[in-house]
Amino acid sequence: MKGEIVLEARDLSMHFGGVHAVDQVNFALWDNELRCLIGPNGAGKSTFFKCLTGQHVPTHGDVVIRDVHVAGREPHQIARLGVGIKTQVPNVFDGLSVEENIWLSARRWHKAQRAKVLTQETLERLALGDIRSAIVGTLAHGQRQWVELGMVVAAEPWLVLLDEPAAGMTHEEVETTAELIREVNKTATMIVVEHDMQFIRMISNKVTVFHEGRILIEDTMDVISADERVREVYLGHKSQ
Amino acid sequence: MTWNRENKWRAGLVVLGVIFLFAAPNVFQLFTIINMTTAIAFAILALSLGLIWGYGGILCFGQTAFFGLGAYAYTVAAINFGGSTWAILVAILVAMLVAAVLGYFVFYGRVSDVYLAVITLTATLILYSLMRRTSGPEYKIGKSLLGGFNGITSPPLNMPWDTSQVLFPEHVFYVAMAALILAYILCSWLVQTQFGRVSVAIRENELRAELLGYDIRFYKMALFTVGGGIAAVAGVVFCNGVGRVTPDVFNLYNTALTIIWVIVGGRGTLIGPVLGAILLFYLTSSLGTQAVLNNNLVLGAILILFVLLVPKGIVPSFTEWWDNRRALRTSRRKEVRMRRRRSRLAEANGEAGDER
Ligand SMILES: Nc1ncnc2c1ncn2[C@@H]1O[C@H](COP(=O)(O)OP(=O)(O)OP(=O)(O)O)[C@@H](O)[C@H]1O
Ligand SMILES: [Mg+2]
Repeated sequence: MKGEIVLEARDLSMHFGGVHAVDQVNFALWDNELRCLIGPNGAGKSTFFKCLTGQHVPTHGDVVIRDVHVAGREPHQIARLGVGIKTQVPNVFDGLSVEENIWLSARRWHKAQRAKVLTQETLERLALGDIRSAIVGTLAHGQRQWVELGMVVAAEPWLVLLDEPAAGMTHEEVETTAELIREVNKTATMIVVEHDMQFIRMISNKVTVFHEGRILIEDTMDVISADERVREVYLGHKSQ
Repeated sequence: MTWNRENKWRAGLVVLGVIFLFAAPNVFQLFTIINMTTAIAFAILALSLGLIWGYGGILCFGQTAFFGLGAYAYTVAAINFGGSTWAILVAILVAMLVAAVLGYFVFYGRVSDVYLAVITLTATLILYSLMRRTSGPEYKIGKSLLGGFNGITSPPLNMPWDTSQVLFPEHVFYVAMAALILAYILCSWLVQTQFGRVSVAIRENELRAELLGYDIRFYKMALFTVGGGIAAVAGVVFCNGVGRVTPDVFNLYNTALTIIWVIVGGRGTLIGPVLGAILLFYLTSSLGTQAVLNNNLVLGAILILFVLLVPKGIVPSFTEWWDNRRALRTSRRKEVRMRRRRSRLAEANGEAGDER
């Protein structure tokens, strides 16, 4: 099942003054994998994503995506490698319609005709058809999350990074999201950051635990939930 | 481009513009027509800022730099070439080139919005003081003296096929109005192309646009350059209307005015800035003839009034009001229909009851 390594972080560090948000992380992701990233608040998960997508230039170390060294490259250059990301704080085009949001993503990679079709397909796939003309800024938080997911999906990236995609969603919406993730995973390699353990069990088997900028452990969910250290830093932290 | 409601409005405006183009010289006196040419030049300038600020989110505090460069480049080139046709092209190219170079440093250097405003303003004021210092005979480009503080007399436009056939002021009006209409059509088209839609997206959220794979630096630079070119056309029209170009095109007053036109007319529309410029042009020139109120004071008051009370500007506020009215009407109509249906139902029920 394991193919080649498609994403690798080598000795990756991101420091903000004295804060070591990401600290000497070595991380590898195999083709078609669906990896979950967990860790308490401030563990460095989002910062790690930002280093992977060019939003931060790492203080030290390198990121290799399919043999391309990307540390220090512009975000759009990394996106062009076929990397899509949903950020933790929804990044959408608030003043534009749902349809326009999706179209802007589809059109980046496809000719006008195909982009139109792909936009329609994505709207249907994510059940956004009824609100296609709504201005995104007026939508509820959960719906805006969906619009952003739609934008990621419409670009048809082969590497998908999702930072807390189910945050602020109802239980039903969470299940649909899990379904969508599993479906996207058929054609794409993914990393998903989540706090919701049940959600993680729904979608993934291999989990990486971040703690204070470092990788604490990397294993299946069963092993991880039984691990003492994880309980201490994360599960214990949660139940406080 | 789709034939939607917005484009129907735009087409209607173009038709109105064309009618005005042909009718105005027959209706108004020559003096009024010459005055209008200047107003139209300002309208084109406002349109250029409306495009890059309203659609691209680029707050340029020095759009008059390209306006003035266009006017100067036209004048100098026309004097040297002994004709106006190529001079127009030179004017547009010079302004676009400067815009591209400035845009390159600003956007590729990822200068923040505030600094962009400061840098463009500074560039304009530098041009202002530079041009004021060019009064000696040593300051000349080819055959054309730069004239310092007094500026240069601009050669009038001539027919493209014959440099001796010089246009009269009423003909210059035709050219000005045609330029405004064409610039308006160009902008209307541009904002609906993929390029325009991506520019709007960048205005909405730069990071998201980048994460989708768009090189926002390039888009901004390109839009900025187009805006510079349109501003240069405005400059050419302006110096033909006034017959002269002086360093005052670069002064702080004009720079501020441009921003005020767009705020008053409304960002995010194209006709808004055009109307804002024309409205304020006539307002200030009518104020100019009296001595009770200070011109700058009135402008300042208008700016504050708009920022506080009509922050979206005239045109967006109007369209909002219009849409609300329409929505209200249709919902009222629906209500009436519902009420009728309900009473009909009640009647029917009543009859049924009677029969029983
Ligand atoms: N731009 C920044 N400047 C300074 N410090 C930062 C910056 N971004 C993140 N940090 C710090 O880095 C650490 C890691 O933050 P990060 O957002 O990556 O955590 P996280 O694991 O995503 O947490 P959460 O689960 O709350 O989203 C935190 O201590 C945070 O305060
Ligand atoms: Mg985070």
